[in-house]
Amino acid sequence: MSTHFSWASRLALPFALACMSAGAATPFEDTLAQRTLACTACHGPQGRAAPDGYYPRLAGKPAGYLYNQLLNFREGRRHYGLMTQLIEPLSNAYLLEIAQYFSSLDVPYPAPLPSPAPAEVLRRGRQLVMQGDASRQLPACVQCHGQAMTGVAPGIPGLLGLPRDYLNSQLGAWKAGQRRAHAPDCMKAVVDRLSLQEINAAASWLAAQPLPADTHPAAARPAWPAGSPALPCGSAPLPVADAAPSAAEPKVQK
Amino acid sequence: MTTWSKIALGLCLLAAGAVAAVWSLNLRDEVDVKTTAAYAPSDSLLARGAYLARAGNCMGCHTARGGQPYAGGLGIATPFGTVFTSNLTPDANTGIGSWSPAHFWRALHNGRSKSGRLLYPAFPYTSYTQVTREDSDAIFTYLRSLPAVNQPNQPHALRFPFNLQPALALWRALYFKPGVYRPDASRDAEWNRGAYLVGGLGHCSACHSPRDALGGIRQTLALAGGLIPMQNWYAPSLTSPREAGVADWAPERIVALLRDGVAPGASVSGPMAEVVLGSTQHLSQADLQAMAHYLKTLADPSPRPPPASGAPPAAAAFNSERAAKLYEQHCAQCHGEQGQGVANAYPALAGNRAVTMASSENLVQMVLGGGFAPATAGNPRPFGMPPFVLVLSDRDVADVISHIRTAWGNQASALTPQEVGRIRANQGR
Repeated sequence: MSTHFSWASRLALPFALACMSAGAATPFEDTLAQRTLACTACHGPQGRAAPDGYYPRLAGKPAGYLYNQLLNFREGRRHYGLMTQLIEPLSNAYLLEIAQYFSSLDVPYPAPLPSPAPAEVLRRGRQLVMQGDASRQLPACVQCHGQAMTGVAPGIPGLLGLPRDYLNSQLGAWKAGQRRAHAPDCMKAVVDRLSLQEINAAASWLAAQPLPADTHPAAARPAWPAGSPALPCGSAPLPVADAAPSAAEPKVQK
Repeated sequence: MTTWSKIALGLCLLAAGAVAAVWSLNLRDEVDVKTTAAYAPSDSLLARGAYLARAGNCMGCHTARGGQPYAGGLGIATPFGTVFTSNLTPDANTGIGSWSPAHFWRALHNGRSKSGRLLYPAFPYTSYTQVTREDSDAIFTYLRSLPAVNQPNQPHALRFPFNLQPALALWRALYFKPGVYRPDASRDAEWNRGAYLVGGLGHCSACHSPRDALGGIRQTLALAGGLIPMQNWYAPSLTSPREAGVADWAPERIVALLRDGVAPGASVSGPMAEVVLGSTQHLSQADLQAMAHYLKTLADPSPRPPPASGAPPAAAAFNSERAAKLYEQHCAQCHGEQGQGVANAYPALAGNRAVTMASSENLVQMVLGGGFAPATAGNPRPFGMPPFVLVLSDRDVADVISHIRTAWGNQASALTPQEVGRIRANQGR
């Protein structure tokens, strides 16, 4: 009986999900999930990532990170016309709410695909991610993104569960100045020290790693190693209700 | 004197006369910037200026993406090249820090810069010329209160001959006549206030009026609807009951649409979402009511007969079975099996003027790019439509739009894949 059931569910579940994502009639609900169907059309149901390997997962990412990215698109630090156009007429408060919504979703990660990269590339990738290169003042990825690589709340994203192509293109865009973060842009400082081969090595290794049992972002960054130069990272201030466009009271200039 | 030299002399005289005429037409109602008119900045004038700057949505164009507010640098694509907006912050070298109130007034009223240079009408002084001197001084006072940003203006990238001042002078002689709004004595104060806001700072005409090949607007067709140059969004007619005319709307409904971005049975999207977001949502109830009052009285200048009943006009053939299937698969979940939509969330498509009006550009834009209504105080958490640009082919989009324009009693023309392709090719800017 139990064998039968698991057989059936293994076949039925993906089928059911496929039907849902195809937009079969689901009743209207006055929820954020309903409001963000514009997002999940590309980013996958519940923001669990799309099968094409380019649209990144949103579910479970730190809320501050997602909020920063929405502002980055709107303010021209990231470039993707569809994203920019879509979120243009939305308020900071609503963008934060959308970020918090996707951050709160606890949906399982798909198993990673085995990497086709040569073992030597993967070894180099692992070394960069886990140890960095002190001789070049290159911090390990885990130094900021957490030992478990699941990110650190509220602003640092996890590195697992992302396709290699996506990681490669994002790091490449950073290196080329096509993707930026709020100043000071710490990631730019790191990526500038990496060669394209090293970016590919790190991306290849990361994309092949399974998620740990606890996939949530860590609460705090690991301790910074004594003696290494600090690496400050910028972030958007959280929106304040009814905030005036300029903080200072305007004064008449005579 | 030979016949030839007589002809040559005659032509020279004609040319000189034409230049003189263009010259004098450009100096109509000229402002004397040397005289110092009474100007007394005060906190109340500043507050009024901040409000009026919203009414004119100055910041919307005078701020580059991610740039400092009012520091300019946004590129406005026009059929003649790109015009870059200028720095309006009070920086002495790169902004308007060295301008006098009269210089600012001349820019709004006559479309000329501090140096006297003619300004390009992408800056809608063809509308702003209706603004009063007092309101101009108020906006100037507000702009002078902003933090100064040192950001040099970017030179325009216009093609020959549009990059030449004489060409601009000629354009102005044809299409621009300075003049402050003159109240219509036969109307009440509220109507006149509405007309002043719609025609002046609101510069609604900049998008909602048809433009000719030189980008000029004929006053007889003001607000009769226009395709926004380069953007491929159609700003519907505010005069026609078949487009966005509001003669038969309750004033509260018009006010709600301008304030919240949504109203029963209507919502704004595309460029109008930006207008609501940056401008009209910030206007006072009294001003919105005045605008509604005025808009309700706009007469349709060229009433077209309603389409004959019977078979819907089909300019393009489409496979209705295939189209219905696409609709079922991609659209029905939100817009309903019968195109009935969901109240306060997803627009109905059956009987919706935005679906059935002659222009179908906006439908293509919405299907390709998706979009949200603007997030406003009255509608802070709008619902969104996903983009289909990566999912549907030109033929799919044409079929599905043809379907919604002809189903459920809608009677509008079908669409060809070529029309979709033309708009898709211009997207992604």
